Amino acid sequence: MPLPATQPNVRVVTLKIDDLDLSAREDETLIEVCRENKIPIPSLCHLDGLSVWGGCRLCVVELEGQNRLLAACSTRVAEGMRVHTNTERLQRYRRTLIELLFAERNHICSVCVSNGHCELQWLAQKCGVDHVRVPYRQQPYPVDSSHEMFRLDHNRCVLCTRCVRVCDEIEGAHTWDVMGRGSDCRVITDLARPWGESDTCTSCGKCVQVCPTGALVKQGTSVGEMVKDQHFLPILARRRHAR
Amino acid sequence: MSTDHMSTPTKIRVATTWLDGCSGCHMSFLDMDERLIALAERIEIVYSPLVDTKELPEQVDVGILEGSISSEDDLEKAKTFRKRCKLLVSLGDCAVNGNVPSMRNHFKLADVMDRAYRENVTLQPQIPTREVPALLGTVKPIHGVVPVDIFVPGCPPRADAIWHVLSELIEGRIPDPSQVTRFGA
Ligand code: SF4
Ligand code: SF4
Ligand code: SF4
Ligand code: FES
Repeated sequence: MPLPATQPNVRVVTLKIDDLDLSAREDETLIEVCRENKIPIPSLCHLDGLSVWGGCRLCVVELEGQNRLLAACSTRVAEGMRVHTNTERLQRYRRTLIELLFAERNHICSVCVSNGHCELQWLAQKCGVDHVRVPYRQQPYPVDSSHEMFRLDHNRCVLCTRCVRVCDEIEGAHTWDVMGRGSDCRVITDLARPWGESDTCTSCGKCVQVCPTGALVKQGTSVGEMVKDQHFLPILARRRHAR
Repeated sequence: MSTDHMSTPTKIRVATTWLDGCSGCHMSFLDMDERLIALAERIEIVYSPLVDTKELPEQVDVGILEGSISSEDDLEKAKTFRKRCKLLVSLGDCAVNGNVPSMRNHFKLADVMDRAYRENVTLQPQIPTREVPALLGTVKPIHGVVPVDIFVPGCPPRADAIWHVLSELIEGRIPDPSQVTRFGA
């Protein structure tokens, strides 16, 4: 869902987030309002400038009067909402979600090209994940080094689909997609052909820059060397949507 | 663990050892430099590769383990530490999450052995069986085999992080290592 261009006559609603009385445009999502007001909410699949995915569930919040948790990135504000962003229950769920991500694939931070510059590693520390309580699955995943400039390591992928969305929505190439279910789920280039053989990839590198982990990296990077730069995204996104 | 014991002026009895690790976490421990002197006033190291004692005492306040569980010997040591230590600390990524030693888990143990002792050896290739502990099929973090109380991730955790954790323990508090270290730090 592409973000709609700002409408001229949007209404303003008032709501309460963690005991703060706030006002927001009615077309805003909870995560946007939280970010504007410096209320920290962990997120992984959300990225400002890309469409909403709502897949990682790290941004879950509690809404008073409702038992179901809501993803802050895919929930629009409404008049009179009372939201809690950091209850003990939410902290517990977020910790578990992060632990499951670490247990599912293979994250050895100490030898990872993204060590020190990784959103997953950072989130783990922020959310107090100092160990993983579930057993590691220990399943190896393939690495695709066929592209002359970039590399894809499925062992580090958290299936956030940022690469899929940026390639489709911003670059317009739609090289990436998602294939398979459960633990077989993985991102693919073209019709699951090696990335280096892709007819659609323009080698722009946008997918590499938006990838939150060490799954998409530049060739030739060594431990801790892969620093990402996402400054281009809000600028390009605004230009795309203004058209 | 009784915290009142810790607040008495008697020294906290600490034991450390390394399992499948590179000893880097112990080196980081030594990196506390002059703070080690202050530490020596509050703790007594009763067993460690850093001291001479050969036997782990029956009763220890804090046990610190570096390295993962990769062999039968690692497993035995972890069990003994758990039994004799009131509080068990996993120090460093190998202990906390398996880290580099666990990268062999994607291969069959027999293939790993072949690779190390046959394929890459030119002179009398043979698999060692005497005087070395048998390797386990799967490398695990310490808490994969015994309960652990405190986890200090990092490869290695910086000396400041170890200092923080020990200082908190000396004061009778349970530290929150995420404040000062992380996976891969
Ligand atoms: S992708 Fe991030 S969390 Fe995974 S191993 Fe690399 S640095 Fe660690
Ligand atoms: S490099 Fe650009 S075109 Fe190629 S897959 Fe990545 S985003 Fe798409
Ligand atoms: S490759 Fe990176 S951006 Fe793409 S889904 Fe995996 S983690 Fe997300
Ligand atoms: S950031 Fe909201 S679900 Fe991923």
